[in-house]
Amino acid sequence: MTLDIQAVRQDFPILHQEVHPGKPLVFLDSAASSQKPRQVIDALEYYYTHSHANVHRGLHVLSEAATDAYEKARDKVQKFINAAHREEIIYTRNTTESMNLIVQSWGRANLSQGDVVILSVMEHHANLVPWQMLAAEKGFTIRYVPLCDDKTLNMDALKAFLREGNVKAVSLTHVSNVMGTVNPLKEIAALAHEAGAITIGDGAQAVPHMKVDVQDLDVDLYAFSGHKMCGPTGIGILYGKQAILDAMPPFMGGGDMISRVTLNGSTWNELPYKFEAGTPAIAEAVGIGAAVDYLSGLGMENIHAHGQELVEYAHDRLAEIPGLTLYNPDAPYRSGVATFTLPEAHAHDIAQILDSEGIAVRAGHHCAMPLHKEHFHIPATTRASFYLYNTTEEVDKLVDGIYKVKKLFNR
Amino acid sequence: MDMYQENIIDHGQHPHNWGLLEDFDMHAHDDNPLCGDQLEITIKLDVNERVVAVGWQGEGCTISQASASMLGDELLGKTLDEIKALSKDDILELLGIPISMTRIKCALLSLKVVKAAAYGLGEDE
Repeated sequence: MTLDIQAVRQDFPILHQEVHPGKPLVFLDSAASSQKPRQVIDALEYYYTHSHANVHRGLHVLSEAATDAYEKARDKVQKFINAAHREEIIYTRNTTESMNLIVQSWGRANLSQGDVVILSVMEHHANLVPWQMLAAEKGFTIRYVPLCDDKTLNMDALKAFLREGNVKAVSLTHVSNVMGTVNPLKEIAALAHEAGAITIGDGAQAVPHMKVDVQDLDVDLYAFSGHKMCGPTGIGILYGKQAILDAMPPFMGGGDMISRVTLNGSTWNELPYKFEAGTPAIAEAVGIGAAVDYLSGLGMENIHAHGQELVEYAHDRLAEIPGLTLYNPDAPYRSGVATFTLPEAHAHDIAQILDSEGIAVRAGHHCAMPLHKEHFHIPATTRASFYLYNTTEEVDKLVDGIYKVKKLFNR
Repeated sequence: MDMYQENIIDHGQHPHNWGLLEDFDMHAHDDNPLCGDQLEITIKLDVNERVVAVGWQGEGCTISQASASMLGDELLGKTLDEIKALSKDDILELLGIPISMTRIKCALLSLKVVKAAAYGLGEDE
Protein backbone atom coordinates (compact mmCIF):
# COMPACT_ATOMS: atom_id res chain seq x y z
CA MET A 1 0.00 0.00 0.00
CA THR A 2 1.19 3.49 -0.73
CA LEU A 3 0.00 6.75 0.77
CA ASP A 4 -2.81 8.60 -0.94
CA ILE A 5 -1.11 11.97 -0.60
CA GLN A 6 -4.07 14.01 -1.76
CA ALA A 7 -6.21 12.35 0.92
CA VAL A 8 -3.48 12.92 3.51
CA ARG A 9 -3.29 16.61 2.52
CA GLN A 10 -7.03 16.94 3.12
CA ASP A 11 -6.37 16.00 6.76
CA PHE A 12 -4.15 19.09 7.24
CA PRO A 13 -6.29 22.24 7.17
CA ILE A 14 -3.32 24.61 7.43
CA LEU A 15 -1.90 23.49 4.10
CA HIS A 16 -4.80 24.92 2.13
CA GLN A 17 -3.98 28.59 2.19
CA GLU A 18 -2.26 31.24 0.15
CA VAL A 19 0.54 32.78 2.19
CA HIS A 20 1.02 35.60 -0.33
CA PRO A 21 -1.48 36.66 -2.99
CA GLY A 22 -1.53 33.90 -5.61
CA LYS A 23 1.09 31.87 -3.74
CA PRO A 24 -0.25 28.72 -2.08
CA LEU A 25 1.72 27.46 0.90
CA VAL A 26 4.49 24.97 0.14
CA PHE A 27 5.50 23.85 3.61
CA LEU A 28 9.02 22.42 3.60
CA ASP A 29 9.93 23.06 7.23
CA SER A 30 8.54 19.98 8.97
CA ALA A 31 11.91 19.05 10.49
CA ALA A 32 11.50 22.16 12.65
CA SER A 33 7.87 21.37 13.44
CA SER A 34 5.31 19.38 11.52
CA GLN A 35 1.77 20.50 10.75
CA LYS A 36 -1.19 18.92 12.55
CA PRO A 37 -3.93 16.77 11.05
CA ARG A 38 -7.59 17.44 11.79
CA GLN A 39 -7.63 14.24 13.88
CA VAL A 40 -5.11 15.69 16.36
CA ILE A 41 -6.76 19.12 16.43
CA ASP A 42 -10.12 17.44 17.09
CA ALA A 43 -8.67 15.30 19.89
CA LEU A 44 -7.44 18.45 21.65
CA GLU A 45 -10.77 20.18 21.19
CA TYR A 46 -12.71 17.11 22.36
CA TYR A 47 -10.52 16.79 25.44
CA TYR A 48 -11.01 20.41 26.46
CA THR A 49 -14.70 20.33 25.59
CA HIS A 50 -15.54 17.09 27.42
CA SER A 51 -12.83 15.65 29.64
CA HIS A 52 -10.55 18.23 31.22
CA ALA A 53 -9.64 18.17 34.91
CA ASN A 54 -6.36 17.58 36.67
CA VAL A 55 -5.05 14.03 36.43
CA HIS A 56 -4.52 11.47 39.21
CA ARG A 57 -6.09 11.54 42.67
CA GLY A 58 -9.21 13.48 41.61
CA LEU A 59 -12.23 11.59 42.89
CA HIS A 60 -14.65 12.82 40.30
CA VAL A 61 -15.76 11.89 36.82
CA LEU A 62 -13.77 14.46 34.91
CA SER A 63 -10.53 13.73 36.71
CA GLU A 64 -11.00 10.07 35.91
CA ALA A 65 -11.73 10.86 32.28
CA ALA A 66 -8.64 13.07 32.03
CA THR A 67 -6.46 10.49 33.77
CA ASP A 68 -7.79 7.77 31.51
CA ALA A 69 -7.06 9.79 28.36
CA TYR A 70 -3.61 10.78 29.63
CA GLU A 71 -2.63 7.21 30.48
CA LYS A 72 -4.14 5.67 27.33
CA ALA A 73 -1.94 8.00 25.29
CA ARG A 74 1.07 6.60 27.18
CA ASP A 75 0.03 3.09 26.16
CA LYS A 76 -0.19 4.22 22.54
CA VAL A 77 3.30 5.70 22.63
CA GLN A 78 4.62 2.53 24.29
CA LYS A 79 3.20 0.38 21.53
CA PHE A 80 4.33 2.84 18.82
CA ILE A 81 8.02 2.50 19.74
CA ASN A 82 7.64 -1.05 21.07
CA ALA A 83 8.78 -0.34 24.62
CA ALA A 84 8.59 -3.38 26.91
CA HIS A 85 6.68 -1.59 29.68
CA ARG A 86 4.35 1.41 29.90
CA GLU A 87 6.38 2.67 32.89
CA GLU A 88 9.27 3.23 30.51
CA ILE A 89 7.44 6.11 28.78
CA ILE A 90 8.02 9.43 30.54
CA TYR A 91 6.19 12.54 29.40
CA THR A 92 8.39 15.61 29.07
CA ARG A 93 7.99 18.94 27.31
CA ASN A 94 10.12 18.09 24.24
CA THR A 95 13.31 16.33 23.14
CA THR A 96 15.42 19.06 24.71
CA GLU A 97 13.81 18.54 28.10
CA SER A 98 14.23 14.77 27.75
CA MET A 99 17.95 15.26 27.05
CA ASN A 100 18.32 17.63 30.00
CA LEU A 101 16.54 15.11 32.20
CA ILE A 102 19.00 12.41 31.12
CA VAL A 103 22.04 14.60 31.69
CA GLN A 104 20.90 16.09 34.99
CA SER A 105 19.60 12.82 36.43
CA TRP A 106 21.65 9.97 34.94
CA GLY A 107 24.69 12.12 34.16
CA ARG A 108 24.90 13.80 37.55
CA ALA A 109 24.62 10.46 39.33
CA ASN A 110 27.07 8.56 37.15
CA LEU A 111 29.77 10.87 35.75
CA SER A 112 32.91 12.23 37.32
CA GLN A 113 36.49 13.13 36.45
CA GLY A 114 38.16 10.55 34.23
CA ASP A 115 34.89 9.41 32.66
CA VAL A 116 34.19 9.87 28.96
CA VAL A 117 30.94 10.66 27.15
CA ILE A 118 30.90 10.20 23.38
CA LEU A 119 28.88 12.62 21.23
CA SER A 120 29.37 13.55 17.56
CA VAL A 121 29.95 16.71 15.54
CA MET A 122 26.51 16.34 13.93
CA GLU A 123 24.58 16.72 17.18
CA HIS A 124 21.77 19.21 17.72
CA HIS A 125 22.51 21.67 20.52
CA ALA A 126 20.03 19.73 22.70
CA ASN A 127 22.52 16.85 22.79
CA LEU A 128 25.57 19.10 23.18
CA VAL A 129 24.92 21.96 25.55
CA PRO A 130 23.47 19.96 28.50
CA TRP A 131 26.55 17.68 28.46
CA GLN A 132 28.93 20.64 28.20
CA MET A 133 27.21 22.32 31.15
CA LEU A 134 27.56 19.22 33.34
CA ALA A 135 31.12 18.51 32.15
CA ALA A 136 32.18 22.00 33.25
CA GLU A 137 30.93 21.11 36.72
CA LYS A 138 31.94 17.45 37.00
CA GLY A 139 35.13 17.41 34.95
CA PHE A 140 34.36 14.43 32.73
CA THR A 141 35.58 14.38 29.12
CA ILE A 142 33.44 14.72 25.98
CA ARG A 143 34.74 13.12 22.78
CA TYR A 144 33.15 14.07 19.46
CA VAL A 145 32.94 11.45 16.71
CA PRO A 146 33.86 13.11 13.38
CA LEU A 147 32.15 12.55 10.04
CA CYS A 148 33.37 10.67 7.01
CA ASP A 149 33.58 12.52 3.68
CA ASP A 150 30.24 10.97 2.70
CA LYS A 151 28.58 12.72 5.69
CA THR A 152 28.02 9.55 7.65
CA LEU A 153 29.32 8.98 11.15
CA ASN A 154 32.95 7.83 11.28
CA MET A 155 32.43 4.43 12.88
CA ASP A 156 36.18 3.70 13.04
CA ALA A 157 36.67 6.81 15.16
CA LEU A 158 33.76 5.79 17.39
CA LYS A 159 35.29 2.32 17.86
CA ALA A 160 38.68 3.88 18.65
CA PHE A 161 37.12 6.12 21.32
CA LEU A 162 35.40 3.10 22.85
CA ARG A 163 38.68 1.14 22.90
CA GLU A 164 40.40 3.92 24.83
CA GLY A 165 38.19 3.02 27.80
CA ASN A 166 36.34 4.86 30.57
CA VAL A 167 33.39 5.54 28.26
CA LYS A 168 30.22 5.73 30.33
CA ALA A 169 27.75 6.89 27.69
CA VAL A 170 27.42 7.18 23.92
CA SER A 171 24.79 9.81 23.15
CA LEU A 172 24.04 10.29 19.46
CA THR A 173 21.35 11.54 17.21
CA HIS A 174 19.45 8.78 15.42
CA VAL A 175 18.89 11.05 12.39
CA SER A 176 20.77 14.31 11.81
CA ASN A 177 18.44 17.29 11.66
CA VAL A 178 20.77 19.05 9.20
CA MET A 179 21.96 16.32 6.84
CA GLY A 180 19.32 13.68 7.41
CA THR A 181 22.09 11.17 8.04
CA VAL A 182 20.64 8.01 9.60
CA ASN A 183 23.08 6.64 12.16
CA PRO A 184 23.31 2.86 12.73
CA LEU A 185 22.04 3.12 16.28
CA LYS A 186 21.53 -0.61 16.74
CA GLU A 187 25.13 -1.37 15.82
CA ILE A 188 26.32 1.55 17.96
CA ALA A 189 24.33 0.31 20.97
CA ALA A 190 25.92 -3.13 20.64
CA LEU A 191 29.41 -1.62 20.48
CA ALA A 192 28.72 0.69 23.42
CA HIS A 193 27.36 -2.13 25.56
CA GLU A 194 30.41 -4.25 24.77
CA ALA A 195 32.52 -1.36 26.08
CA GLY A 196 30.39 -1.06 29.22
CA ALA A 197 28.69 2.19 28.20
CA ILE A 198 25.02 3.03 27.93
CA THR A 199 23.52 4.28 24.66
CA ILE A 200 21.33 7.36 24.41
CA GLY A 201 19.46 8.18 21.22
CA ASP A 202 18.10 11.56 20.10
CA GLY A 203 15.12 10.40 18.08
CA ALA A 204 13.56 13.80 17.28
CA GLN A 205 14.06 13.37 13.51
CA ALA A 206 13.71 9.59 13.46
CA VAL A 207 10.40 8.79 15.14
CA PRO A 208 8.31 10.95 12.75
CA HIS A 209 9.76 9.24 9.67
CA MET A 210 10.46 5.58 10.36
CA LYS A 211 9.40 2.65 12.47
CA VAL A 212 11.45 2.91 15.65
CA ASP A 213 11.62 -0.17 17.84
CA VAL A 214 13.52 0.67 21.01
CA GLN A 215 13.87 -2.99 22.02
CA ASP A 216 15.31 -3.92 18.65
CA LEU A 217 17.70 -0.94 18.75
CA ASP A 218 18.55 -1.93 22.34
CA VAL A 219 19.13 1.72 23.28
CA ASP A 220 19.05 2.50 26.98
CA LEU A 221 17.50 5.96 26.78
CA TYR A 222 15.76 7.61 23.83
CA ALA A 223 14.18 11.04 23.40
CA PHE A 224 11.74 12.58 20.93
CA SER A 225 9.14 15.33 20.53
CA GLY A 226 5.43 15.24 19.79
CA HIS A 227 5.34 18.34 17.61
CA LYS A 228 7.59 16.92 14.89
CA MET A 229 5.32 13.87 14.43
CA CYS A 230 1.96 15.59 13.90
CA GLY A 231 1.35 16.06 17.62
CA PRO A 232 1.07 19.29 19.61
CA THR A 233 3.94 21.37 20.95
CA GLY A 234 4.71 21.08 24.65
CA ILE A 235 4.84 17.28 24.80
CA GLY A 236 7.95 15.14 24.45
CA ILE A 237 8.88 11.61 25.37
CA LEU A 238 11.73 10.09 27.27
CA TYR A 239 11.98 6.33 26.85
CA GLY A 240 14.28 4.47 29.20
CA LYS A 241 14.87 0.85 30.11
CA GLN A 242 13.12 0.27 33.39
CA ALA A 243 16.23 -0.74 35.32
CA ILE A 244 18.04 2.40 34.24
CA LEU A 245 15.13 4.73 34.97
CA ASP A 246 14.62 3.04 38.34
CA ALA A 247 18.21 3.73 39.32
CA MET A 248 18.06 7.37 38.20
CA PRO A 249 17.27 10.07 40.78
CA PRO A 250 14.37 12.45 40.09
CA PHE A 251 14.96 15.42 37.79
CA MET A 252 12.46 17.88 39.23
CA GLY A 253 10.76 17.83 42.60
CA GLY A 254 7.15 18.68 43.32
CA GLY A 255 3.69 17.22 43.23
CA ASP A 256 2.98 13.85 41.58
CA MET A 257 6.61 12.68 41.73
CA ILE A 258 6.58 11.77 45.43
CA SER A 259 5.06 8.92 47.36
CA ARG A 260 5.48 10.46 50.83
CA VAL A 261 6.61 13.90 51.95
CA THR A 262 7.60 14.83 55.49
CA LEU A 263 9.27 17.95 56.78
CA ASN A 264 12.48 15.92 57.04
CA GLY A 265 12.46 14.56 53.51
CA SER A 266 10.54 12.69 50.84
CA THR A 267 10.39 9.38 49.08
CA TRP A 268 9.87 9.09 45.35
CA ASN A 269 6.90 7.84 43.45
CA GLU A 270 7.25 4.83 41.16
CA LEU A 271 7.86 5.04 37.41
CA PRO A 272 6.86 6.86 35.33
CA TYR A 273 5.54 9.42 37.83
CA LYS A 274 8.92 9.86 39.53
CA PHE A 275 9.88 11.99 36.52
CA GLU A 276 6.57 13.82 36.03
CA ALA A 277 6.54 16.55 38.66
CA GLY A 278 3.66 19.00 38.69
CA THR A 279 0.54 19.17 36.56
CA PRO A 280 1.61 17.73 33.21
CA ALA A 281 0.65 18.75 29.69
CA ILE A 282 -2.49 16.62 29.75
CA ALA A 283 -4.16 17.79 26.55
CA GLU A 284 -0.84 17.60 24.75
CA ALA A 285 -0.35 14.02 25.93
CA VAL A 286 -3.80 13.22 24.57
CA GLY A 287 -2.66 14.97 21.38
CA ILE A 288 0.47 12.84 20.98
CA GLY A 289 -1.74 9.79 21.45
CA ALA A 290 -3.94 11.01 18.60
CA ALA A 291 -0.83 11.65 16.49
CA VAL A 292 0.36 8.10 17.12
CA ASP A 293 -3.06 6.81 16.04
CA TYR A 294 -2.91 8.93 12.91
CA LEU A 295 0.60 7.85 11.88
CA SER A 296 -0.09 4.19 12.75
CA GLY A 297 -3.30 4.31 10.72
CA LEU A 298 -1.35 5.38 7.64
CA GLY A 299 1.45 2.94 8.46
CA MET A 300 4.99 3.99 9.33
CA GLU A 301 6.34 1.81 6.51
CA ASN A 302 4.27 3.81 4.01
CA ILE A 303 5.28 7.13 5.56
CA HIS A 304 8.92 6.06 5.41
CA ALA A 305 8.64 4.93 1.80
CA HIS A 306 7.01 8.22 0.79
CA GLY A 307 9.73 10.18 2.62
CA GLN A 308 12.48 8.25 0.87
CA GLU A 309 10.86 8.79 -2.51
CA LEU A 310 10.58 12.56 -1.90
CA VAL A 311 14.14 12.91 -0.64
CA GLU A 312 15.51 11.00 -3.59
CA TYR A 313 13.50 13.10 -6.03
CA ALA A 314 14.56 16.33 -4.28
CA HIS A 315 18.22 15.38 -4.31
CA ASP A 316 18.12 14.47 -7.99
CA ARG A 317 16.40 17.73 -8.91
CA LEU A 318 18.56 19.95 -6.68
CA ALA A 319 21.75 18.31 -7.96
CA GLU A 320 20.85 19.60 -11.45
CA ILE A 321 21.11 23.23 -10.29
CA PRO A 322 24.46 24.76 -11.32
CA GLY A 323 26.69 25.66 -8.38
CA LEU A 324 24.36 24.23 -5.73
CA THR A 325 26.07 22.22 -2.98
CA LEU A 326 24.13 19.54 -1.12
CA TYR A 327 24.99 18.54 2.45
CA ASN A 328 23.32 15.16 2.61
CA PRO A 329 24.67 11.63 2.42
CA ASP A 330 23.71 9.25 -0.35
CA ALA A 331 20.84 6.78 -0.05
CA PRO A 332 20.10 4.80 2.03
CA TYR A 333 21.79 6.79 4.81
CA ARG A 334 19.53 9.83 4.62
CA SER A 335 16.07 10.85 5.70
CA GLY A 336 13.69 13.74 5.40
CA VAL A 337 15.82 16.71 4.36
CA ALA A 338 17.66 18.39 1.50
CA THR A 339 20.18 20.93 2.78
CA PHE A 340 22.11 23.18 0.45
CA THR A 341 24.05 26.35 -0.24
CA LEU A 342 24.35 28.50 -3.35
CA PRO A 343 27.53 30.39 -4.20
CA GLU A 344 25.71 33.59 -5.12
CA ALA A 345 23.26 33.97 -2.24
CA HIS A 346 23.36 33.70 1.56
CA ALA A 347 21.03 31.15 3.17
CA HIS A 348 18.84 33.88 4.64
CA ASP A 349 18.43 35.57 1.27
CA ILE A 350 17.49 32.24 -0.29
CA ALA A 351 14.89 31.51 2.39
CA GLN A 352 13.43 35.00 2.16
CA ILE A 353 13.05 34.86 -1.61
CA LEU A 354 11.57 31.33 -1.43
CA ASP A 355 9.09 32.65 1.13
CA SER A 356 7.94 35.28 -1.35
CA GLU A 357 7.03 32.32 -3.60
CA GLY A 358 5.05 30.74 -0.75
CA ILE A 359 7.76 28.19 0.02
CA ALA A 360 8.63 27.76 3.70
CA VAL A 361 12.18 26.48 4.30
CA ARG A 362 14.63 27.09 7.11
CA ALA A 363 17.94 28.96 6.92
CA GLY A 364 20.72 29.14 9.47
CA HIS A 365 22.69 26.59 11.45
CA HIS A 366 19.59 24.60 12.49
CA CYS A 367 20.77 24.39 16.11
CA ALA A 368 23.91 22.58 14.97
CA MET A 369 26.53 25.34 15.06
CA PRO A 370 29.56 23.04 15.46
CA LEU A 371 28.57 21.05 12.36
CA HIS A 372 28.35 24.24 10.29
CA LYS A 373 31.27 26.25 11.67
CA GLU A 374 33.74 23.57 12.71
CA HIS A 375 33.05 20.82 10.19
CA PHE A 376 31.70 22.42 7.00
CA HIS A 377 33.23 25.87 7.78
CA ILE A 378 30.17 27.72 6.54
CA PRO A 379 27.94 30.14 8.46
CA ALA A 380 24.59 28.77 7.36
CA THR A 381 22.69 26.41 5.09
CA THR A 382 19.17 26.35 3.67
CA ARG A 383 17.16 23.27 4.59
CA ALA A 384 14.06 21.95 2.89
CA SER A 385 12.45 19.21 4.95
CA PHE A 386 9.72 16.86 3.81
CA TYR A 387 6.93 15.00 5.49
CA LEU A 388 4.01 12.78 4.67
CA TYR A 389 1.92 15.61 3.17
CA ASN A 390 4.56 16.87 0.73
CA THR A 391 4.52 16.09 -2.98
CA THR A 392 7.00 15.94 -5.84
CA GLU A 393 5.16 18.95 -7.34
CA GLU A 394 6.18 20.91 -4.25
CA VAL A 395 9.79 19.85 -4.81
CA ASP A 396 9.45 21.20 -8.36
CA LYS A 397 8.24 24.52 -6.93
CA LEU A 398 11.26 24.58 -4.64
CA VAL A 399 13.55 24.06 -7.62
CA ASP A 400 11.78 26.80 -9.60
CA GLY A 401 12.14 29.07 -6.55
CA ILE A 402 15.87 28.42 -6.37
CA TYR A 403 16.21 29.36 -10.03
CA LYS A 404 14.41 32.63 -9.20
CA VAL A 405 17.01 33.28 -6.49
CA LYS A 406 19.79 32.64 -8.98
CA LYS A 407 18.20 34.96 -11.53
CA LEU A 408 17.85 37.75 -8.98
CA PHE A 409 21.50 37.50 -7.95
CA ASN A 410 22.97 37.00 -11.41
CA ARG A 411 21.32 39.84 -13.31
CA MET B 1 10.32 40.53 -4.15
CA ASP B 2 10.24 43.97 -2.53
CA MET B 3 13.21 43.42 -0.27
CA TYR B 4 15.59 42.45 -3.05
CA GLN B 5 15.54 45.58 -5.17
CA GLU B 6 18.28 46.12 -7.67
CA ASN B 7 20.21 48.69 -5.62
CA ILE B 8 20.20 46.40 -2.57
CA ILE B 9 21.61 43.51 -4.54
CA ASP B 10 24.14 45.88 -6.17
CA HIS B 11 25.34 47.09 -2.78
CA GLY B 12 25.45 43.49 -1.56
CA GLN B 13 27.48 42.30 -4.52
CA HIS B 14 29.63 45.41 -5.02
CA PRO B 15 29.92 46.97 -1.57
CA HIS B 16 31.20 50.54 -1.30
CA ASN B 17 34.07 51.40 1.06
CA TRP B 18 35.16 47.77 1.09
CA GLY B 19 38.39 46.89 2.91
CA LEU B 20 39.71 48.01 6.28
CA LEU B 21 41.69 51.28 6.54
CA GLU B 22 45.29 51.02 7.68
CA ASP B 23 45.11 54.47 9.26
CA PHE B 24 41.95 54.95 11.31
CA ASP B 25 40.65 56.62 14.46
CA MET B 26 37.70 54.39 15.26
CA HIS B 27 37.22 50.67 14.93
CA ALA B 28 34.69 48.03 15.93
CA HIS B 29 33.65 44.48 15.12
CA ASP B 30 30.46 42.62 15.88
CA ASP B 31 28.40 39.71 14.64
CA ASN B 32 25.00 38.08 14.78
CA PRO B 33 26.10 34.61 15.90
CA LEU B 34 22.68 33.13 15.19
CA CYS B 35 22.81 33.89 11.48
CA GLY B 36 26.57 34.22 11.03
CA ASP B 37 26.52 37.82 9.77
CA GLN B 38 29.63 39.71 10.80
CA LEU B 39 31.02 43.20 10.23
CA GLU B 40 34.25 45.02 11.04
CA ILE B 41 34.55 48.75 10.43
CA THR B 42 37.32 51.36 10.51
CA ILE B 43 36.66 55.13 10.38
CA LYS B 44 39.11 58.01 9.82
CA LEU B 45 38.29 61.51 11.11
CA ASP B 46 39.81 64.87 10.17
CA VAL B 47 40.87 67.56 12.69
CA ASN B 48 37.27 68.75 12.94
CA GLU B 49 36.07 65.26 13.82
CA ARG B 50 34.42 64.79 10.46
CA VAL B 51 34.56 61.40 8.74
CA VAL B 52 36.99 61.46 5.81
CA ALA B 53 37.23 57.75 5.16
CA VAL B 54 35.33 54.55 5.99
CA GLY B 55 36.56 51.02 5.41
CA TRP B 56 34.79 47.85 6.35
CA GLN B 57 34.72 44.15 5.70
CA GLY B 58 32.30 41.45 6.62
CA GLU B 59 30.22 38.54 5.51
CA GLY B 60 26.59 37.62 5.72
CA CYS B 61 23.30 38.03 3.97
CA THR B 62 22.63 40.66 1.33
CA ILE B 63 20.62 42.82 3.72
CA SER B 64 23.40 43.06 6.31
CA GLN B 65 26.09 43.72 3.72
CA ALA B 66 24.05 46.21 1.68
CA SER B 67 23.17 48.05 4.86
CA ALA B 68 26.88 48.39 5.74
CA SER B 69 27.71 49.53 2.22
CA MET B 70 25.02 52.22 2.23
CA LEU B 71 25.71 53.37 5.78
CA GLY B 72 29.43 53.73 4.96
CA ASP B 73 28.56 56.20 2.19
CA GLU B 74 26.26 58.04 4.56
CA LEU B 75 28.98 58.45 7.21
CA LEU B 76 31.35 60.38 4.94
CA GLY B 77 31.38 64.05 5.98
CA LYS B 78 29.43 63.46 9.19
CA THR B 79 30.70 64.58 12.58
CA LEU B 80 31.15 62.24 15.49
CA ASP B 81 28.08 63.73 17.14
CA GLU B 82 26.04 63.23 13.99
CA ILE B 83 27.09 59.58 13.90
CA LYS B 84 26.08 59.16 17.52
CA ALA B 85 22.68 60.62 16.65
CA LEU B 86 21.98 58.09 13.86
CA SER B 87 18.87 56.04 14.55
CA LYS B 88 17.29 52.81 13.46
CA ASP B 89 14.86 54.79 11.31
CA ASP B 90 17.75 56.45 9.48
CA ILE B 91 19.04 53.02 8.42
CA LEU B 92 15.61 51.78 7.37
CA GLU B 93 15.11 54.97 5.35
CA LEU B 94 18.52 54.48 3.75
CA LEU B 95 17.64 50.93 2.72
CA GLY B 96 14.24 52.08 1.49
CA ILE B 97 12.77 48.57 1.48
CA PRO B 98 10.28 46.82 3.74
CA ILE B 99 12.27 44.89 6.34
CA SER B 100 10.47 42.01 7.99
CA MET B 101 10.70 41.44 11.73
CA THR B 102 13.05 38.50 11.30
CA ARG B 103 15.50 40.50 9.17
CA ILE B 104 15.70 43.64 11.28
CA LYS B 105 18.83 42.35 13.03
CA CYS B 106 20.52 41.91 9.65
CA ALA B 107 19.60 45.45 8.61
CA LEU B 108 20.78 47.04 11.85
CA LEU B 109 24.09 45.20 12.39
CA SER B 110 25.92 47.99 10.54
CA LEU B 111 24.45 50.65 12.83
CA LYS B 112 25.38 48.60 15.89
CA VAL B 113 29.00 48.33 14.76
CA VAL B 114 29.24 52.02 13.78
CA LYS B 115 27.81 53.07 17.15
CA ALA B 116 30.29 50.81 18.96
CA ALA B 117 33.11 52.46 17.00
CA ALA B 118 31.78 55.98 17.68
CA TYR B 119 31.54 55.36 21.39
CA GLY B 120 34.96 53.70 21.49
CA LEU B 121 33.53 50.34 22.42
CA GLY B 122 35.19 48.44 19.62
CA GLU B 123 38.65 47.93 21.03
CA ASP B 124 37.75 45.29 23.56
CA GLU B 125 36.46 42.84 20.99
